[in-house]
This record gives sequence, structure tokens and C-alpha cells, in this order.
Amino acid sequence: MPIDILMPALSPTMEEGTLSKWLKQEGDKVTSGDVIAEIETDKATMEVEAVDEGVIGKLLVPAGTENVKVNTKIAVLLAEGESADSIGSSAPAAPKADADTPAAASDAAGGKARQSAEEPTAAADSKVPAQPKVDVASDPDIPAGTEMVMTTVREALRDAMAEEMRRDEDVFVMGEEVAEYQGAYKITQGLLQEFGPRRVVDTPITEHGFAGVGVGAAMAGLKPIVEFMTFNFAMQAIDQIINSAAKTLYMSGGQMGAPIVFRGPNGAAARVAAQHSQDYAAWYSQIPGLKVVMPYTAADAKGLLKAAIRDPNPVIFLENEILYGQSFEVPKLDDFVLPIGKARIHKQGRDATVVSFGIGMTYAVKAVEELSKEGIDVELIDLRTIRPMDLPTVIESVKKTGRLVTVEEGYPQSSVGTEIATRVMQQAFDYLDAPILTIAGKDVPMPYASNLEKLALPNVGEIVQAVKTVCYK
Amino acid sequence: MAPTKTASVSGRKSAARSATKTSSKPARKDFNGGIFAEFDKGQELAAYRDMLLIRRFEEKAGQLYGMGFIGGFCHLYIGQEAVVVGMQMALKEGDQVITGYRDHGHMLATGMSARGVMAELTGRRGGYSKGKGGSMHMFSKEKQFYGGHGIVGAQVSLGTGLAFANKYRGNDNVSTAYFGDGAANQGQVYESFNMANLWKLPVVYVIENNRYAMGTSVARASAQTDFSQRGASFGIPGYQVDGMDVRAVKAAADEAVAYCRAGKGPIILEMLTYRYRGHSMSDPAKYRSKDEVQKMRSEHDPIEQVRARLLEKGWASEDELKAIDKDVRDIVADSADFAQADPEPDVSELYTDILL
Repeated sequence: MPIDILMPALSPTMEEGTLSKWLKQEGDKVTSGDVIAEIETDKATMEVEAVDEGVIGKLLVPAGTENVKVNTKIAVLLAEGESADSIGSSAPAAPKADADTPAAASDAAGGKARQSAEEPTAAADSKVPAQPKVDVASDPDIPAGTEMVMTTVREALRDAMAEEMRRDEDVFVMGEEVAEYQGAYKITQGLLQEFGPRRVVDTPITEHGFAGVGVGAAMAGLKPIVEFMTFNFAMQAIDQIINSAAKTLYMSGGQMGAPIVFRGPNGAAARVAAQHSQDYAAWYSQIPGLKVVMPYTAADAKGLLKAAIRDPNPVIFLENEILYGQSFEVPKLDDFVLPIGKARIHKQGRDATVVSFGIGMTYAVKAVEELSKEGIDVELIDLRTIRPMDLPTVIESVKKTGRLVTVEEGYPQSSVGTEIATRVMQQAFDYLDAPILTIAGKDVPMPYASNLEKLALPNVGEIVQAVKTVCYK
Repeated sequence: MAPTKTASVSGRKSAARSATKTSSKPARKDFNGGIFAEFDKGQELAAYRDMLLIRRFEEKAGQLYGMGFIGGFCHLYIGQEAVVVGMQMALKEGDQVITGYRDHGHMLATGMSARGVMAELTGRRGGYSKGKGGSMHMFSKEKQFYGGHGIVGAQVSLGTGLAFANKYRGNDNVSTAYFGDGAANQGQVYESFNMANLWKLPVVYVIENNRYAMGTSVARASAQTDFSQRGASFGIPGYQVDGMDVRAVKAAADEAVAYCRAGKGPIILEMLTYRYRGHSMSDPAKYRSKDEVQKMRSEHDPIEQVRARLLEKGWASEDELKAIDKDVRDIVADSADFAQADPEPDVSELYTDILL
């Protein structure tokens, strides 16, 4: 059967071109790879190679023809023993009249219209399926009489890793100074002694590289805990975190993903200035394929880190250096695991809702105490997980209080707070009695000077004032 | 067949010289890659068929791209077939393969089905990633193929991580991480080299030097154009191999893989190769002369070399080779038919495979 040679598309966006030159003539023999013609596109002159073997039976579009639509028949190739007579009716001499539009031209050849040729329409947009809802379990009940032990966040994180490493041979820790040095912030203290250098791996200072090695190991089925000395250094590694860890499950059609935890201190510590003081909660929270956890209490740090290590997805676990040394009650249970994606109501109240997470909670807790002295009863929600975000808990609270203030240390533009505000406005507009206020770090690189640093961070007074404002007091 | 052996060795050197302008180094005594590289009849026929499948598949992919069935970026492997086919002949079950975005050849070589790969190229539900990955992002857990990566150099760290997993588990599997002369200038490559030799990870770094990183020639981008030496400051041995001669590739691969399996750490193989087509479909390749391309095609083509040997040695007749050719064309035609007829993914797939 004669083979049609079609005007090829030679770039993702090409719709037509000029057939500038034929390099083979009727009757010429061609084999795969032979250049048969030259085509000019808006970008360049390109060669057209033969894909099949045969003899050029007929050239249908003369050299020099402009505006030849993609997928127009430009020549016919005959197989061995076929004659040009057999071309007959199968060879329209020119593109059909209705081939003016790219869609028609490609339909004629059975191809797909290119995206660029598709005008956005309301009809097409409405076909997008709804994002499926995911139910998250509530916190497990803590049996009555369970002993509560005052524990630092540091110890809680260490205990979580140790327990999971005892439970699962595939879990290991890697990062700078995690083994011999016992952790730059002593989070991995004692792990080398218990688990040995095979499972507690000191890396060179090489964030991009060891993040990639961790993701590769995770793709092969191991469950790495990658410690960044601070998430500020993880910017060197963010390509591997996002392009490799977060997207592989989707790009592989569900065949393989990366069960990996990236953890370490995030945000400002004290007087370490601009390059060591950024909060990345909002950054990572934008990425489909990641979970983002940012605990405040030691119990949440322990229960959520254990959940993160067991989670088959990549989890960003954002800690804070200032919180490491703070103590909280942690239930003494054999296996205390908390659900990722569930907020915790830190204090119930009826006058206004404050939502915060991580170190932001330290300001919020104090502000709520001061406000209660003034007779304002605030409901304080600790988000705990930034992605997936437990918006239902926030909305339930807003329905009750009608007022919302968010608190975080990160930059104000495109912050976690602005995301919450947008979604609450969309889903609970009728319940709001005042505009939502968002308290964040100031829109400046973190200054070094003590007085300026204080000004750059959120403070208790701002939160108190914001809550009064939304309460019209 | 002594004369053939000599021809093979000299052929290797000439290709090496024409591929880079660096002076050739004296051969290392502990590494014989490419010298004792004679194939038996079965190996020649297998290599011929596997390389031909990649060539015909890629030609068909180029055609389907031209017809609009394949969208976006499409990077063809035509000219480089001997590299992946020769490497694969040295691997065993459980060995992992990972590469960049010029990846269709690697998939076919690992045994992934032509239908599944072509249907992914056309973005259909029968593709390896259900149509959600495309040309640059395809994976097969079953065949231990770990992608298919669109970020230049990322696969080097990831492939090192695969090797880390082998070492952690104490098995004797080897990871093969392919990357090009362009990726060889990325920083994370050297971060990975450092860790790989520090921890003696079983990874073969296969640098496919096809002489152009997109449109930039090796000489215009690289201070050290002998890529086999790129591991020198980490103590990783490296060897240049005639990547147009599948026997040389196989012999080098055998030694490199054995080195890794023995727990000696990583090794680098620089494959001197050439791509006939542009960087991607929309590249007119004006940065090199037609003569240069034509010279490689006519004097060093990896498939023609095997074909000539098969005929010369009487291991196959023209008719028998034609039959192989037809068989390969049938597989490719079938994959193209499937990839055009298969439906697009169901719209519900938009929100699947994001989280487990």
C-alpha cells in the first residue's frame, strides 16, 4: 500500500510551514533516515527524513509552497513493486478547503490538535473533575491513667526516630554531623551508638547531592530520614525535593514514589541573620506530592515524626531551633502516632479564632493568655500540618466565632496565612463578621541587630491588637 | 579471525580520536575494555536486533511527532544505540538503570514493551505512566528502570542513591546511571562522585558523550573534555570507550560491572558516541556540519558495523537480516497503531498518583 508522507510538525507549537525544497524527486529510492525535503518554520529550517523505505511515487506539494498546514499530505511513497498508478484517488493534490484550521488538518490525519491551537473555552474548563476529598483520622485516644512525661522537643524527635528505626530495618538517617558529632543540634544523639554507621550516616557538606542520594534510595524502597542542618541549606537541594521526590509518583503513573522524610530546623533561630532565618512552610506547602508538617509541642513532634517516617510519601518536617529545648507533656505509650493532616484545638474559645503552627504558636499562646485577662475568649488552633491542610477544623471554628487571625513567622506575601484567609473567605464568607487579619514576619530579609530582628518577627502585641481589631474592641 | 580483532581495536581508536580532540591515553593495563571484544554469532544477532529496534522505534516516534500524535519535547537516541545495548548485555536481574530525558532507547533495552513506551509518548492510558509522564518521564519497577528524568544531572544523584540501597541491603546489584557530556558539568554530579567513592557504592557512571550538549559542543563547554577523567579528584577510575562499537561497550561494561560487584566502588565509562538527529525535534542542528554527521553515519554507524560483520562472517544472509528487519518493523508498527488507538487517560486520572 502506498504510504502518505505528511507535512510534519517540528516543534511543540508548529502549525504550518513553508516547504522550501525537495531533495528527492519522483522515482527516487529512499531508505529510513534519508533527508527528503527541507521545511522552514517560524524558527528554523528543518530537514525532513524518510521513515519508511520505498520509491517516491508522487510529490503533491511543489517546492516553495508557503503556509502548508501540519499533516497535509505532501508526497506518496511506494513500496517495492507498487506503481504510481496505484496512488489514484488516495492523493488529493492540495490540502482540503476545510483544512484551514489546525484542528481540521490534524483530524484529517487522525492526529491530535496541539494544545496551542486550542482556544480556552468555558465548556472545556467545566470538564475538570473535582479534587477528591480525603478523610483524615482523628488523634488516637490516650487511655485514662497514661503517664505524661515532661519531654523536650529535642528528645521527642530523637525518640521518634529511634522507635521507628527499631521497628523497621529500612529506616535510616543521613545528613551532616548526624552520627559521630551526635547532631548539630543533638537531635540524633545516641542513634549512632544504638544503630551503627550503616544506619546513621554522616554525609559530606553536599545538600544537593545527598538529597538526591536519599531520594534515589527511597525510590529503591528504603525509608530515609534526611536531616538538613537547617532548611535554609535545603534550597541547594530543593530541585531533588520537588522535581524528584514530590513528582515521581505522578510521573510514573503510581509505579514508584519516594517514602522519605526531610527534616531539620526551619525559620529564625536567634541572631543568625538573613541567610539562616527563613521559614519555608509556605514554599513547600505549594507542592502537590509533598506533605508538610510543622509541629509545636513535643507530643506532636513525636507522634507526627513517627507518622512521617511511616508515610509512603515524601514529608517535609519543619522543626525550630528555639523549640528544641522547650518541654511539653508526652504520653508514655509504646507506639504514639498522630495523624498527618489534622489540626489540634489548643484552647477552645468563642470570641475569635487564632490559627498558627510551629514557633508561631509561642506568640499565639501568650497573646491568647493576655486577651483572656481582658475578657476576650479566643479559640486557638494549632494547624500542625500545613499540607494537606485541615481547613474543616478552621472553618468549624470560624462558624462559631466569626473572626479569624492567622500567625506565622514566614514572609507575608503568599504566606500560609493568606492561603487560609482566601479559603475561609471562599468557603465561609457568610460566617465572617470581620475581615481576616494575617500576622506574619515582616517583608524584609532577617536583620542581624537584636532590636531589628525583634521588629522583623511577629510579636504578642501585634496578635493582641489584631484580635481586638477583628472583635471591634 | 585475527585481522578482525585488529580492525576492531584500530576502529575504536579512530572513533575515539574523531570524537574528542584530547590525546589518547596509554591503555590501562588493569582495564581491557574494548580490546577482547569479539562477539559470537548469537551476541551479534541479538545486538543487531536490539539496536535496530531502537533505531526503528525512534524513527517512528519522530514520524508520530511530526503528525502531532506526540507532543512537547521528544529527544531521539538515533546513533547512540550501541551504548545502551552493549551496557545492558553486561547487566543481570536486579541491576538498576536510570537516565536523563533521551531515554526511549534505555527503556527498550531494559525490556520495556514498545507498546507501553510508544503509548506513553502519545499520552495514552496504556503508556507506562498512564500518559501522565510523557517522553521524559517513564519508569518500570518491573524492569528496574528508574526513569526518565527531565532535570539535567538529577539522575546522577538518584542513581547513586539506587547504589546506596544496594549496598545498604548487602546485595551485589549494580546501578547504572547514564548522563551526557552536558550533564557532566552539573555540580551535583561531583557531589555524587564524592559520596559514591567515599562509601564505595556500586554504580557505573556511563557518560554518553555525543559531543553536543543541545547546541554547545564539548569544546565550547568543558575545560576538561576527557570525561573519563572527571572522577580523578575523587579517585574514581574512568575509561574512554568506542560507544559506536557495541562489542567495545559490552567488554567495557563487563569489566566495570564486575568492578562494582566486587565492592570496589564506582567507575566511570565515557562512551564516545554521536547523535544523528537534532537535540530535540525542533533543533535544526546548525551548530555542526552535514559532512560531520554524514561521516559518522557512513563510517561508524553502530548497526551497520554489526550488519557488515554478520554478512562477512556468513553468520547471516541478506534475507535473514531482512527477516529481522521486518520483525522489528512489525513490532514498531504495532506499537504505533496501539499508541494511536489507545484512549487518553480517564479524566479521573488527573487527581490520582499524587499521594499514596
